[in-house]
Amino acid sequence: MTTANPASLTHAEVSVGDELPPLVLPLTRTLIVATALATRDFQDVHHDPQLAADKGSPDIFMNILTSNGLVGRYITDWAGPETELRKVAIRLGAPNYPGDTMTLTGTVTAKPTAEDGTPLVEIAVVGANKLGNHVTGTVTVKLPEGADA
Amino acid sequence: MTDTTSRDKAAFLAVVKKYEGVHDQSGIVALDPVNGPMIRHWAEAMGDTNPVYTDPEAAAATHFGEVVAPATMLQVWIMRGMDAGLAVNTVTGELYKHFTDNGFGSVVATNCEQEYIRPLRLGEVVQYDQLIETVSEEKTTGLGVGHFITTLVNIYVEGEAGRELIGTHRFRILRYTPHRKKPKAAPAERALRPRKVVNRDNRAYWDGVAEGKLLFQKCTACATPRFPFAPGCNHCASLEWESVESAGAGVVYSHVTMHYPKFPAFDMPYAVGLIELDEGVRMLGNVLGVTHDEVRIGQRVQVEFVTHDAELTVPAFRVVGEN
Repeated sequence: MTTANPASLTHAEVSVGDELPPLVLPLTRTLIVATALATRDFQDVHHDPQLAADKGSPDIFMNILTSNGLVGRYITDWAGPETELRKVAIRLGAPNYPGDTMTLTGTVTAKPTAEDGTPLVEIAVVGANKLGNHVTGTVTVKLPEGADA
Repeated sequence: MTDTTSRDKAAFLAVVKKYEGVHDQSGIVALDPVNGPMIRHWAEAMGDTNPVYTDPEAAAATHFGEVVAPATMLQVWIMRGMDAGLAVNTVTGELYKHFTDNGFGSVVATNCEQEYIRPLRLGEVVQYDQLIETVSEEKTTGLGVGHFITTLVNIYVEGEAGRELIGTHRFRILRYTPHRKKPKAAPAERALRPRKVVNRDNRAYWDGVAEGKLLFQKCTACATPRFPFAPGCNHCASLEWESVESAGAGVVYSHVTMHYPKFPAFDMPYAVGLIELDEGVRMLGNVLGVTHDEVRIGQRVQVEFVTHDAELTVPAFRVVGEN
């Protein structure tokens, strides 16, 4: 192995009430278009300002597959490469338009146990832009158990 | 979309509600296998540097043991590319066509709920099927009026041991008619001023206006002048009268400025003067030559005939000096 992986959090190291470090994302037009295409979403409202306007939107806006991906990235950035996402449930509100900034914040809300006995961690995530909450959601992960688990 | 009556709405809802619980095609195969280039593009665009998605050695050092796809790419594998949304040869496509045909041409995703049973590995080809779970009643949202549609997609791979469920993807979209911005005011033709009403009593007056003459009545019995035109004399009750042409000169006896309501045919605000002609009758008319707030009682005025349109010429009074 030539690459040292970033450290991963263990289940034992995480407590209910822990707050994740915020992630501030400048919402460039490039980000919105590049992620739309990388998620294979060719809906015009995610890359064509004129057609977006024709559909009643002031500009292009981020697609939901990207919001979903960024929420997942936020969690694995925090907990490390051993993290296994089990569930991501999001709801969209204020659109992410170019020129805005989205700040993701998160709080550990529970440490539930799956039906098969797997210990899990549940995190509430909010991504806010200047218009309000773009995304609110809950992410459930399985972390390495750690020495004390 | 034209106005939709509640009856039409109920009929439409009945049509789309029938799709609730309907299973769409089963075993639809993804366009591409889970692959490194799409994962790399996704990770670069997202700014996701998690090495388990792109670095085989780093991935091998984790419990995953090999490169895996980002879990949240689940829906990416089942996207249909540029043709998405055009195909109507599916039950879901047929349902969506009902919406676009009825004015709900815009779409926005509002909810996504994914469960991941295990990570996807390079080379795996996913298959999926789709259930239409719910179709909402008509809702008014910040974007417009429309219906929420919730679908549930089961995503699996076909292996030696048969079908293996990999994940589930519940998705809610809003199909809607956007709120219309207020249309820009077209440079429409100017609204017309109220039409004159000509009758047997006042026909002589309007005939005079047509000739550029300002006429008033004079009783032939008692010589009392009067205006506006009326059948009888208010002083002696005689029905006999004659028309007399005014010189059109007078003074502002009183005035008022109209601010509201804003009649489109008038340049608001404007002044209306009650003009006392030198011959002793009073008439109403627009005051010209000064702004509405410069009109004063006692100003000397002279009649002018103003043509507003082909059918309407009326007298107005231009300020020519102080009394």
